[in-house]
Amino acid sequence: MRPNDHAVVNLGGIRKEISVALVSDVKVGDYVIVHVGHAIGVIDPEEAQRTLELFAQMEALAQAEGNAP
Amino acid sequence: MKYIDEFRDGDLARQIGARIVAEAEPGRQYSFMEFCGGHTHAISRYGVLELLPPNVRMVHGPGCPVCVLPIGRIDLAIRLALERNAIVCTYGDTMRVPASDSLSLTRAKARGGDIRMVYSAADALATARANPQREVVFFAIGFETTTPPTALAIRDAQRDGLANFSVLCCHVLTPSAITHILESPEVRQLGTVPIDGFIGPAHVSIVIGSAPYEHFAEEYRKPVVIAGFEPLDVMQAILMLVRQVNQGRAQVENEFTRAVTPEGNLKAQALVSEVFELRPAFEWRGLGTVPYSALKIRSAFAAFDAERRFQLAYTPVADNKACECGAILRGVKRPTDCKIFGTVCTPENPVGSCMVSSEGACAAHYTYGRFRDQA
Repeated sequence: MRPNDHAVVNLGGIRKEISVALVSDVKVGDYVIVHVGHAIGVIDPEEAQRTLELFAQMEALAQAEGNAP
Repeated sequence: MKYIDEFRDGDLARQIGARIVAEAEPGRQYSFMEFCGGHTHAISRYGVLELLPPNVRMVHGPGCPVCVLPIGRIDLAIRLALERNAIVCTYGDTMRVPASDSLSLTRAKARGGDIRMVYSAADALATARANPQREVVFFAIGFETTTPPTALAIRDAQRDGLANFSVLCCHVLTPSAITHILESPEVRQLGTVPIDGFIGPAHVSIVIGSAPYEHFAEEYRKPVVIAGFEPLDVMQAILMLVRQVNQGRAQVENEFTRAVTPEGNLKAQALVSEVFELRPAFEWRGLGTVPYSALKIRSAFAAFDAERRFQLAYTPVADNKACECGAILRGVKRPTDCKIFGTVCTPENPVGSCMVSSEGACAAHYTYGRFRDQA
């Protein structure tokens, strides 16, 4: 975190200073969604996991049916 | 990269594709509009269409910010640079959109206009601070995603008493554009654009939340599934839409729960409503004049409103006659229906706005899809 609501993000190895003035309660280690140099949202790790689990169920379903393409 | 790579897995995409094939009823046609240019780009880039059965069709929507920007607004920005000697700052995509007199912002720059590409509204503000003797205008375009950063820049400019900074505000609103499409004669009466549901935007929804779409689901009986920008997100959203249609449901569902909440980003919304108010009417390229579909700067911030500061008057300008961008933006035509697609009009030398940004339907198809047509 830097002064004036700024923060440094790591974007696949690239370090870039962005503004976090538009989001509340961000802390070091959070994953944010950056749009035109501003964080506009914070990723909810639990919800991300839930969506991935939904995909995993699909995989299980495909295997159970034995008709995976 | 975390939260990106997992959502690009090809094997999983094929499995979701197989589910869509299995669940889409053969006798039925499914037509879904992806409103947002980010989805148009993802669908083309990752070959999502190839995993869909022939009776599931995607219609490109008007959610590409530079595509819907009418010529008359770009002319205003060009004149500020060439005739009023202002430094005009804008986003990269805006630079190449064709305007009147064979000009674009890039060409106006070549003629000596001081036009600068910026990464964010904050960079435009920094340009104003660095050039106190010059007028600096931020040519602000985009949907609800780019609006909060513009609001922040205006609020900071007022706080710091910056006397040489103003904004030419062209920010537009997603829900009013969707309403306009649903109310259009092509969708309502003529039936030339069948729309059975929408993929709701990713980043826009982070800001506005999922609640604003409830109206479309209820009033127009169209399902909406908000999706992230990764290919698995899009595939999953299409599957969720197919299921809603099969079950006769029209609800707002959220596939992008890792970033979108029902209420959205309240901090950003509060800032936007502090600085901006609704514009009674705004012209969109392709859609025409749409009531209450855009924002203007509130009178409390009038000093930072370029339209007031330079007393600008908007004049509508017709598009190039050969260009089909208007029909493409409304979902009536596809890029390949346009006579000049890929011949006269290319990303290197765009005639229409849809060929400019990578989010434009024509540019996305030109870059990723045109060889597929010939296969």
